[in-house]
Amino acid sequence: MSGRDVVLGRVRRALGGPSAPPTTYDTDIDRGYLREHGERTVAQTVELLAENLADYRAVVHRCTHTDDELGLLVMRLLAERGARTVLVPPALPAHWLSSAGPTRVHDQAVSTARQLDRVDSVVTGCAVAIAETGTIVLDGSADQGRRRITLVPDHHICVVRVPDQVVSSVPQALSRLDPTRPLTWISGPSATSDIELDRVEGVHGPRTLEVVLVSEG
Amino acid sequence: MSGTFVGMPAFPKAAHEAVRNTTLRDNLRHATHTIRDKRARAVAELEDWERLREAGRRIKDHTLRHLDRYLVQLEESVTAAGGTVHWAADADEANRIVTRLVAETGESEVVKVKSMATQEIGLNEALEAAGMRAYETDLAELIVQLGHDRPSHILVPAIHRNRGEIRDIFRAQMGSWGRPAPDGLSDTPAELAEAARLHLREKFLRAKVGVSGANFMVAQTGTLVVVESEGNGRMCLTLPETLISVVGIEKIVPRWQDLEVFLQTLPRSSTAERMNPYTSMWTGTADTDGPRTFHLVLLDNGRTDALADEVGRQALRCIRCSACLNVCPVYERAGGHAYGSVYPGPIGAILSPQLRGTASEIDASLPYASSLCGACYEVCPVAIDIPEVLVHLRERVVQGGEVTRNGVKVRLRPARGHAAERAAMRATRWAFTHPGVLAGGQRLASRTRRFHPRSAPGPGRAWTATRDLPRVPAEPFRDWWRRTDGGKAGTGKGGAK
Repeated sequence: MSGRDVVLGRVRRALGGPSAPPTTYDTDIDRGYLREHGERTVAQTVELLAENLADYRAVVHRCTHTDDELGLLVMRLLAERGARTVLVPPALPAHWLSSAGPTRVHDQAVSTARQLDRVDSVVTGCAVAIAETGTIVLDGSADQGRRRITLVPDHHICVVRVPDQVVSSVPQALSRLDPTRPLTWISGPSATSDIELDRVEGVHGPRTLEVVLVSEG
Repeated sequence: MSGTFVGMPAFPKAAHEAVRNTTLRDNLRHATHTIRDKRARAVAELEDWERLREAGRRIKDHTLRHLDRYLVQLEESVTAAGGTVHWAADADEANRIVTRLVAETGESEVVKVKSMATQEIGLNEALEAAGMRAYETDLAELIVQLGHDRPSHILVPAIHRNRGEIRDIFRAQMGSWGRPAPDGLSDTPAELAEAARLHLREKFLRAKVGVSGANFMVAQTGTLVVVESEGNGRMCLTLPETLISVVGIEKIVPRWQDLEVFLQTLPRSSTAERMNPYTSMWTGTADTDGPRTFHLVLLDNGRTDALADEVGRQALRCIRCSACLNVCPVYERAGGHAYGSVYPGPIGAILSPQLRGTASEIDASLPYASSLCGACYEVCPVAIDIPEVLVHLRERVVQGGEVTRNGVKVRLRPARGHAAERAAMRATRWAFTHPGVLAGGQRLASRTRRFHPRSAPGPGRAWTATRDLPRVPAEPFRDWWRRTDGGKAGTGKGGAK
């Protein structure tokens, strides 16, 4: 007998026979919990996102889409970091980076982890941002790229379009996301509490996470 | 479960040694108190916490009642998304499958995400026996692995180590596993974390095979979820060419939407954060992003035996947050090792004896490793009534009865060592069903009370070593009630007005 038959056979015996189709799912599960916590205006939701990002040690910046403000801000952040090279996903909007600045490295399917390890910074967009938890979610779209490009470099700049990409809560975020895409939820830079439960920011992922909240001017 | 713990002494003996280790007690007290206060604040932020807890309980109960259906659905979804599903009835089978899959890649080393399931089956030891090396990449697991130690906490396996001990382990051991610890390494957590980053980086960058568990599997979509903090999980899940995930069959949730409950309750319960730094979700394989080959090994290893027990099966709702460890007065003093299992603390006391049976000394003693104070139940994000299951398992140990072991119904014999308890209970039952005997016995006890000893003789001595025997009143309650008409007939000896 295969492992599959053994395990399924045991499950069915434990349940007193093969179970009925799970048609009672909707009545079994009480979804009386809240879709979001508290009432906020759109501006307040964005404010909460900024607060919670900062609370978990992400560095938050704001700018508007007018007058190339975003491109200049991103350049300034890269310069302050001393970045010589910056990784860009396949389709980063052109105006997110102004022409001057660090050498751009384009991620390719053949780029190895070691090659990515030599790049200083990475700039991406995101799929959605969650205010209540201070989380940004990447889904591998063309302005975000493969999961590894936001993992190996030590400095990640993530651009969030506000308020369009901002939701209040985890339930709202999940309903916007496509489960068939590889998803990465990021809440602050990597951290560990494994030594005496003392929180230390920066272990294997980028040790610096900068989030730029860009509003339509 | 893992051979690591074979031959463990019963809980009281192991705990007795642990409580005399003052360093261990200090480390544990500091850590558990820090985290429990933080958790309380994180939970208090959500006014619908109790509703989320109830929803989590119901999702898991519904899933368990239809587990065969959801397993088959998950298999279909994962396969359709490009993954390969394997089934393992026990630890040996799971280890054989993983060893074969690694061998087929031609590689001899794997990087591992922290995973309770692979610890439970002793995967590292099995790979080592096959000439392969498994590198733990979670910081605490690294400390445990380098220190040739055993985990003592679900979330923070090295919670029993303080910073000075960790520095010593890194200095002494890192060199023999790869990049040595930096010269002059101090004991500050930031420097220790940096040392781990440097040590593991070369392993991540060259890794061809990653091994993980998963926190959740979505039957509807075939999505697996790993919740973590350090980024070592993301490294292992995205950089290697082959990913092998070993996951207990109880980790399924039916639908994508169900994650909205657990992604709120798990981080706040475990690390006391609104959200943990990184959560990875993947569905089969993607063309250019992440591993080209994905294997999912579905693990039983005693879970179906627990499922067969209608009281005990609620332990399978567990999402491994470890909140119950952090509030447990017994865990705080005895530490994780005394539980003789990768699952310590209150959840371990009900999970290990169900996954492994109660034949060994340690497993038969685990249901007693509790004062039944109920703090574990209060904090459990899926409302597992741990005290209820503990009492249920005690009954099984003392009285024996029908249980399922390895999928087969067997009749368990009453455990030795509880003969006096059984005799006392039999005598009590007889007395309580014979009112005349009970009344006579009580009057005799009242009249002879001056001669009663302060401690019990024979097998009861252990119980009274730390307690006084209750004093017998001068008059049995029922006599007093009859004499004073329930206290209405004026003051009696009982003192009623």
